Amino acid sequence: MEIKIKVENLTFYYGNFKALDNISIDIEDRKITALIGPSGCGKSTFIRTLNRMNDLIAGTKVEGTILLDGKDIMKNEIDAVELRKRVGLVFQKPNPFPKSIYENVVYGPKRHGIKNKAQLDEIVEKSLQGAALWDEVKDKLHGSALALSGGQQQRLCIARCLAMQPEVLLMDEPTSALDPIATMKIEELFETLKKNYAIVIVTHSMQQAGRISDNTGFFLNGELVEFGQTDILFTKPRDKRTEDYITGRFG
Amino acid sequence: MEVRTEQNIYKQKKSRNIRIRKAKNIIFYSIILGATGFGILVLGLLLYQILKTGLAWLSIDFIMNMPSRFPQKAGIKSALAGSIWVISLTALFSFPLGVGTALYLEEYSQKGTWLNKLLQLNISNLAGVPSIVYGMLGLAVFVKMLQFERSILSGALTLTLLILPVIIVASQEAIRSVPETLKQGSFALGVTKWQTITGVVLPYALPGILTGSILAISRAMGEAAPLIMVGAAGYVAFLPSSPLDSFTVLPIQIFNWTSRPQEEFKNIAAAGIIVLMALLLFANGAAVMLRNKYQNRMD
Repeated sequence: MEIKIKVENLTFYYGNFKALDNISIDIEDRKITALIGPSGCGKSTFIRTLNRMNDLIAGTKVEGTILLDGKDIMKNEIDAVELRKRVGLVFQKPNPFPKSIYENVVYGPKRHGIKNKAQLDEIVEKSLQGAALWDEVKDKLHGSALALSGGQQQRLCIARCLAMQPEVLLMDEPTSALDPIATMKIEELFETLKKNYAIVIVTHSMQQAGRISDNTGFFLNGELVEFGQTDILFTKPRDKRTEDYITGRFG
Repeated sequence: MEVRTEQNIYKQKKSRNIRIRKAKNIIFYSIILGATGFGILVLGLLLYQILKTGLAWLSIDFIMNMPSRFPQKAGIKSALAGSIWVISLTALFSFPLGVGTALYLEEYSQKGTWLNKLLQLNISNLAGVPSIVYGMLGLAVFVKMLQFERSILSGALTLTLLILPVIIVASQEAIRSVPETLKQGSFALGVTKWQTITGVVLPYALPGILTGSILAISRAMGEAAPLIMVGAAGYVAFLPSSPLDSFTVLPIQIFNWTSRPQEEFKNIAAAGIIVLMALLLFANGAAVMLRNKYQNRMD
């Protein structure tokens, strides 16, 4: 196995509140890593440290190391702007820009200096195909992205990420705002995407974690209680708290 | 579960209660309709009065002639040109300054620091300062200190100060309304702050910014008091050719005419008001079209 992101002793504070406590975890390349746990346990905070989105919040503090291909992203060995290009993030609620579908996909590439029209056209087609959206929207690329359904909007947001040719995809509860059919489509998409990317997905659905992920981490009160292969974690959890949570006996 | 009727606390209140609530509905609807009607009625009366008095005096000659002691020959050319000069420069100065300040306050400055709070408080207060005070400031700073004399430039800078707080506050509101999720979406693609501002924040906020700016600039177009302070002339018989020329504007010209003893000048003043209103309507119309263009692009 090949480790894409290595997190060591990560501790994170919002002001005085310790949101993450001494997290160490290895994210494998070309695998899906699922993070589960109750609301407020720190899993969203955790994935946002991986592309330094938490930098945008005032009053936060991070300690520890996060190595992306062996380079410490916390020590500015990789610039935050460059980092976010390499580590894409898909949000919980679909947030397409109020622009056309085409403009949504080329938004990032254009701002990273790609001006050639033919090249941009190609990026749009490839990214939308990658997000399994191309066939549904190829005839209305210049129509508004806001006219798409929720599931389509979320796939557009994934396409927007893919357009940057990232190495890692972070997904913060990407299907929690979607209906079961849209969810199924996106889960199928993950199966294809993991051939090329390391994927980290935060989810509230244990079924989803069980269905799609290779590794699973269980967060509780800012701690990583247990981390390991999904099938083992779900069948033979080592920790009592993990067992209680996955069997629904929690609390 | 069955709800037994004697336990239902709404039962005995029901019929009377609904009648009163429905009556209230109608009463308040009438009141707000009346409020709107009042505004429209006054505006209509005003328009009728002005058009009745001034329309007969409105002609190509009136627009193309310089002011004169003789009402039949008097025209509004120099005042119209002065107004266009002053307003164009005011818009040119105030729009970038106002939007820039709003962007700084909303996107860059640290919220909650004493400096930010102080700036915010001052801007809100400045929006309420009477225009004549700005006139005095303009006289002291632009006319005397910076030696721009009694010029179009001094007038435009004074009006810029006057409307700047309004543009800033309106732009701030518009910028604040940009959803955080859109900005985050942009940052998450490795896009820089400035690119996020030009790519997401400004396009989204532009209709709101334009609405506020249109109102502010319209107000500046109708101002006479601060320009009298900075020394706009009451009688100008030439067309200004540079920002450093002396000038007059439509409101001052109109004021000048209404204070003359001859009855005809009152009619000319009314004709001047029609021109001023047409200019306002034209400027507003253009700005509204611009705004709608951007709004459509967003949807």
